Amino acid sequence: MRILISILRKEFIQIFRNKVMLPFIFIVPIIQMVVLVFAANLEMKEIRFYTVDLDLSETSRKLRYEFSASPFFRDQGTGFSLDEGEEMLLRDKADLVLVFDEGFEEKLRKENHSSIQLLINAINSAKAGLVNAYSEAIIRDFNQDVRLEWLGLPAFEAIENIDVSYSYWYNPELNYKIYMLPAILVILVTIIGMFLTAMNLVREKEMGTAEQINVTPIRKFHFIIGKLLPFWVIALFELAFGLTIGKIFFGLPILGNLALLFGFASIYLMAVLGIGLLLSTFSETQQQVMFLAFFFMLTFVLMSGIFTPVESMPVWAQKVNIVNPFAYFMRVIRMILLKGSGFHDIRHEFVSMFIYAVSILSLSVWRYRKIH
Amino acid sequence: MPEIAVNNLFKSYGAINALRDISFQVDKAEIFGIIGPDGAGKTSLFRILVSLLLPDKGSIQLAGLDVVKDYSQVRKIVGYMPGRFSLYQDLSVEENLSFFATVFGSSIETNYDLIKDIYVQIEPFKKRLAGRLSGGMKQKLALCCALIHRPEVLVLDEPTTGVDAVSRVEFWDLLHKIKKEGITIIVSTPYMDEAARCDRVALMQNGEFLGISLPGDIHKAFTKILYELTPEQGAYKLLKTMRSEAWCENAWLFGQSVHLTINGNTSENQFLSYAKGQNIEFRKITAGIEDTFMELMKTS
Repeated sequence: MRILISILRKEFIQIFRNKVMLPFIFIVPIIQMVVLVFAANLEMKEIRFYTVDLDLSETSRKLRYEFSASPFFRDQGTGFSLDEGEEMLLRDKADLVLVFDEGFEEKLRKENHSSIQLLINAINSAKAGLVNAYSEAIIRDFNQDVRLEWLGLPAFEAIENIDVSYSYWYNPELNYKIYMLPAILVILVTIIGMFLTAMNLVREKEMGTAEQINVTPIRKFHFIIGKLLPFWVIALFELAFGLTIGKIFFGLPILGNLALLFGFASIYLMAVLGIGLLLSTFSETQQQVMFLAFFFMLTFVLMSGIFTPVESMPVWAQKVNIVNPFAYFMRVIRMILLKGSGFHDIRHEFVSMFIYAVSILSLSVWRYRKIH
Repeated sequence: MPEIAVNNLFKSYGAINALRDISFQVDKAEIFGIIGPDGAGKTSLFRILVSLLLPDKGSIQLAGLDVVKDYSQVRKIVGYMPGRFSLYQDLSVEENLSFFATVFGSSIETNYDLIKDIYVQIEPFKKRLAGRLSGGMKQKLALCCALIHRPEVLVLDEPTTGVDAVSRVEFWDLLHKIKKEGITIIVSTPYMDEAARCDRVALMQNGEFLGISLPGDIHKAFTKILYELTPEQGAYKLLKTMRSEAWCENAWLFGQSVHLTINGNTSENQFLSYAKGQNIEFRKITAGIEDTFMELMKTS
């Protein structure tokens, strides 16, 4: 116990003396939240559209006005040849080109249906999907209006239509910030748990201090606990700090039980610290471990469902996520904060994470003992 | 019973034999020096002694404890100072010392008398981070940290490498004071002149001991006639010329002069007449430790 306390005291002195570490702990969460939350935004207000109107009819003009009137679209003008429209796309002056063919209105009157063409810039496929969805919504509404106007009697026709109305649960305004904030907290906590721990452990090896420690009565478990515990505490503190900032400045909803969240985070961190310890046994220098940790971190983050839902990934990727601690925490933190899930709802993740933490810690401690 | 007993120690790293059949004994409160060039196997031997490395074969006893089996007991009675500065550079002098003291269940105050002579020299800088100390100060701090738990055996791996001549002399004075406290010291060095300050000295080369003797007796192993040639200019040029002669057995540089021995087929007179003919200034000398070492290296 005496030995453990003296190691812990030494670790905290070193951590707080470190000129990079302390600012890192306090400033980075704020910067990450401010920058990422505003930058990683999928809402679109300024879809630039351009119209190629070869029909020049009343209907085509009306539909164009519908687009202009929408808060999501901004009119970039009208042209009279397809070449002009394509030019706008090529020069990146429009995200969407509406093409009305000659005889658009006439065809609609005579044959009761007609078609228009949408040309969408799909360099960013997610954005293109949204542009398409927004456009279709406008055209659908317009369709109904046209029927009302021309056929006069909406009642009979309307019966055939099923009116769809939406209510978005857990994030009624589809606010992307609220979706992203918990994810950023997960990343922050993991950086501390995995990167800092692994680097700190390897540092002892690189500086040669591990050699001096090994000839003292300090046992390996003293050393490992003494190394992991400070970062476990700091990471949990960081989570609390991040939640506070999120709540105060970004209106992050906290619907669920915070104790449950911290309970899960404690177990999650044990798994992450275990990974950090494991990586440190594969490296001799801080540079090497940094590279390893970065590789795992990037893979884990991208596969965890931070931007895209895990459910839409191929089956093999979903299987890979079984060993991805990120994926568990990403799901659980959103469930607890945004949905107010209780223990019963996350029990499956809880148990999995517990098994994960125990296995990875045992593995890394075993490997650490074998190497040293 | 000897304080340190090493028997038939072997250690290899793949194809490289770092230690080949090393055996020696050290008595309590003795300063045992190991002298050898880089790569002789000194550090490997020391790492095995302090239980950081497992030997392939052989046994080591420290104060009656088996280093391999009772390693956790051994670590309590050993003070180790690695060749490379291995204290926390981002902790202050005082923090380093009190950390190592508490880890051993001791405190700076308990064993202050043992480290006092050394510590007073670094005490003015006790708030300074260890990484910002000068080389000599770092050595003194490392010695303090190795002594703070009053070890029975002190293992020092090249403690004076990279330290200036004055500090080296001071450092050896300190070792003799520590010895008086009944602490056994085993120390390695690449400097031949430091051999004289040990109680007994082992010469080490390619993982083997070439011999163990009292510092004053080392030169007795040198049985041949040794000549010192003083060149008018360019000792290296003279060395090359000498080495190309058939009668030259061994020649090496010694400061500004060349030391050499002649082989058994050549009589002394033959050499004398040659030297006179070439107008080379020379004299017969008694061999020093370094000469003995060069000679032993050649024959081993």
